[in-house]
Amino acid sequence: MAELKIKELLWEPIINRNPVTLGVLGICSALAVTGKMQTALVMTICVTVVVACSSFAISLIRNQIPSSVRIGVQITIIATMVIVVAQFLEAFLFDVSKQLSVYVGLIITNCIVMGRAEAFAMKNSPGASLLDGIGNGLGYGLVLMVVAFFRELFGSGTIFGFEVLKSVTQGGWYVNNGLMVLPPSAFFLITFLIWAIRTWKPEQNEED
Amino acid sequence: MKSLRQFMDKIRPAFEEGGKLERLYPLFEATDTFLYSTDEVTTVEPHVRDSMDLKRIMTLVVYALMPCVFMAMWNTGYQANLAMQSMNLTAAPGWRGAVLTALVGYDPNSFVANIIHGALYFIPVYFVSVAVGGFWEVLFGIVRKEDVNEGLLVSSLIFPLSLPPTIPLWQVALGITFGIVVAKEIFGGTGRNFVNPALAGRAFLYFAYPAQNSGDAVWVVADGFSGATPLTALATTNMSTGMDAINVSWTTAFLGIEPGSLGETSALACLIGAIIIAYTGVGSWRIMLSMLIGGMGFSALLWAIGSDTNPMFLMPPWWHLVVGSFAFGLVFCITDPVSATLTQTGKYFYGAIAGILTILIRVINPAYPEGVMVAILLANVFAPVIDYFVLQANIKRRKIRNGT
Repeated sequence: MAELKIKELLWEPIINRNPVTLGVLGICSALAVTGKMQTALVMTICVTVVVACSSFAISLIRNQIPSSVRIGVQITIIATMVIVVAQFLEAFLFDVSKQLSVYVGLIITNCIVMGRAEAFAMKNSPGASLLDGIGNGLGYGLVLMVVAFFRELFGSGTIFGFEVLKSVTQGGWYVNNGLMVLPPSAFFLITFLIWAIRTWKPEQNEED
Repeated sequence: MKSLRQFMDKIRPAFEEGGKLERLYPLFEATDTFLYSTDEVTTVEPHVRDSMDLKRIMTLVVYALMPCVFMAMWNTGYQANLAMQSMNLTAAPGWRGAVLTALVGYDPNSFVANIIHGALYFIPVYFVSVAVGGFWEVLFGIVRKEDVNEGLLVSSLIFPLSLPPTIPLWQVALGITFGIVVAKEIFGGTGRNFVNPALAGRAFLYFAYPAQNSGDAVWVVADGFSGATPLTALATTNMSTGMDAINVSWTTAFLGIEPGSLGETSALACLIGAIIIAYTGVGSWRIMLSMLIGGMGFSALLWAIGSDTNPMFLMPPWWHLVVGSFAFGLVFCITDPVSATLTQTGKYFYGAIAGILTILIRVINPAYPEGVMVAILLANVFAPVIDYFVLQANIKRRKIRNGT
């Protein structure tokens, strides 16, 4: 029983209850940080850490939080986690931190973090909340990585900075697609991803 | 013709339900109704006795576009030959050069030489956009078991006319793919496109490959020739001497003898098209009129305000009409009945929004000289909201009148 539940908590948010493609949450950062796979990967790790830790912490004190001030308490905990992550990045990965600029700090506004705290961590045990946080972080990360893969490949001809399609400016044949470098292209890619997933799993379609 | 009809009737059973090629029925149906008028009649009311079906509407738009197509060939060839003369080039490179050298030469004063030179650029672009657009249309038609129809012929003619003549063919294929699939088929195909498919494809190319779709070097097909369109030239010229600063006269710009997109240079060609589609009622004159008034009115306002730093402010309204693709967008793009507003009152607002936005983008943002494409796409997006408010206002008025 416990075994099954762990699996469910971890894997369900990856495809079946993906926070981005099903919940349509966290779209802003999915547009902003997916220009390169490296930044998308760092963002994935950051968000996963923040969601997992904050859900765990909130779940620990869920019975002590008065209902009237719970949003404030949740925000305080999440903000603390975000600041820890941001400081860590600045200390050890300064270049990446500069590329991500404000978006690390803006994790606090990511609806997924708040959503999991409010919808799951307030009602479930710390262990389950931790797993749920990790699962949702990974589900978010999967979308980020897929979008970043296509954007970096078609926009710059590279994957993780390694040249895959040799661009015309480097003497190759590939003409970089400028639209893919612009954040709005992620709208198209996320939409295509949702289209693909809902064709594969029609039960995700909303009723008209 | 009779034997063709007999042949079509003979192979029909294979495409109908239970036939061997049942899945390809949309393809058969499209070919059949393209060649002959349909024998299908409506089975439920209302029965409108009018031959103005979707096919006739689309065909009329294609006819109305013919003057632009002519300009696309003649003007492109003329500009190319003129540029080659000024650069003392005697032959164009590649297969086109071989054909031209063998057949007609490169004299800019020769009508035939210009037409053929232009056609060698326009026809391949057009062919690719019809073939690739048709491929997607038929593919979605077969998968969804829907009829394929002539709407494609219009989209795939407007699209190449809006492209620069030097456009690489693979970009044409990519652009029309985006336009047809993303703007039209995903939303349900014919009659369900929420924005104009041709413009969506054009916008995709503009943002994806700015080097090949904007700037100074793409508007004339002579190798290495840098010829700005009047609009891009204006944005960067010192206009203290008035419109003489660019060496194109108003009449020349009106006729469209200037570098520019394949079929968008001539306001005259668009005017002929406008008369055809307004007279036949295919395109709404309300939209055209309100976009004209919106654009002219707003540019007159900006012209009156003036500016020391932005030369675009000094452009008189009547110039706005003849440079760039304002006329083309006004006649052929904004009037697409599917992406336009449905209510008659809404059409005035819809057109005016497009006109004002065009001038706003053109004038206030000189880094972005052509605003028509984006302005019309924005107006398309706003169309349902406009309709909503018009309907609500009507409901409110009737409520007051009937005193409920």
